[in-house]
Amino acid sequence: MTAGNRGLRLFFAGFAVVALVIAGALSYFADSDPDGLDTATLEGCEVVETDAGEELVGDCVARNAGDHHLSESPLADYAVGGDDRFTGVAGVLGVLATLVVAGGLFWLLRRRSPSSRE
Amino acid sequence: MHMSDGLINAPVSLIFGGVAVVGMAVAMVGARRDLDDRTAPMAGLVAAFVFATQMLNFPILPGVSGHLLGGALAAILVGPWVGALCVGIVLAVQALVFADGGLTALGANITNMALIGVAAGFATALLLRPLATRGRAGLLAVCFIAAFVNTVVASAGFVLEFALGGDAAFSLGAVAGSVLGLHCLIGIGEGIITALTVGAVASARPDLVHLLRGTATPLELRDSPVTPKGSTA
Repeated sequence: MTAGNRGLRLFFAGFAVVALVIAGALSYFADSDPDGLDTATLEGCEVVETDAGEELVGDCVARNAGDHHLSESPLADYAVGGDDRFTGVAGVLGVLATLVVAGGLFWLLRRRSPSSRE
Repeated sequence: MHMSDGLINAPVSLIFGGVAVVGMAVAMVGARRDLDDRTAPMAGLVAAFVFATQMLNFPILPGVSGHLLGGALAAILVGPWVGALCVGIVLAVQALVFADGGLTALGANITNMALIGVAAGFATALLLRPLATRGRAGLLAVCFIAAFVNTVVASAGFVLEFALGGDAAFSLGAVAGSVLGLHCLIGIGEGIITALTVGAVASARPDLVHLLRGTATPLELRDSPVTPKGSTA
């Protein structure tokens, strides 16, 4: 039983490390092109860089899209304070936040021990 | 595949906000059955893994990328109810902390990726379960197909919402064509990542793969004839 638990803990630790490495390091190699949905909604527009940031010129679905209400938040766009050299830091914080929220909820929702024994 | 605010009008956004709330509540009720001391931490890690992997946009065409949605992946590993909650929590964290995916669009995004995608992906996996339990190649194939279906059907959710509440000045057919076409390509990437991930978990801990529940443990136990009689190791 204890050996099994140790194996399980090791597996969980390994899984966590994989998630942290993906968000903390591999995320730097992500393709920064727009994703499928953004590409489809940008069809017909051109993205023009202006002093005020990116602007859409033309006629496309995305012209209706507004700026994000939280676009000024410290971790907006997976950067730290707008600096995307810290994408990995933002990613690690996101993994930890997700783990705490999801893990916490699932731990509260779980069936308690006696019935969970197999 | 996170839509921004403004693509869908307010009433339709509100409707899908309601759909998302009801869906997440139902998932919370259903999830209780699948969560115990072992699967609860696993499910938390699956959510964290989906968050991490969604950061990895991969190229699908010149100038176009895609990323994992994770619905089939989560549902195959931790079941459909818990899986829906995993993806829903990821989308909420992304919208609230990382300004990724609009706030008024959060309901529609949860509906597409956490409800529709998970349901479509898990239904596919369940339908093909006999193949998945037959061996490693079967499992990987089922993961790939379920993940592909999850991506394409989730993107069809956007098309539905756009049909109901999008800007009517744009041709629905054209939007639907490019959204669905691009997500067929993204679905291939989703399929590969899902097969790799579930394959890795299944090699290490087949007992933690929800789709294999009821098969993994007996298969492991059958190794025991090797143990000499009388040994209680």
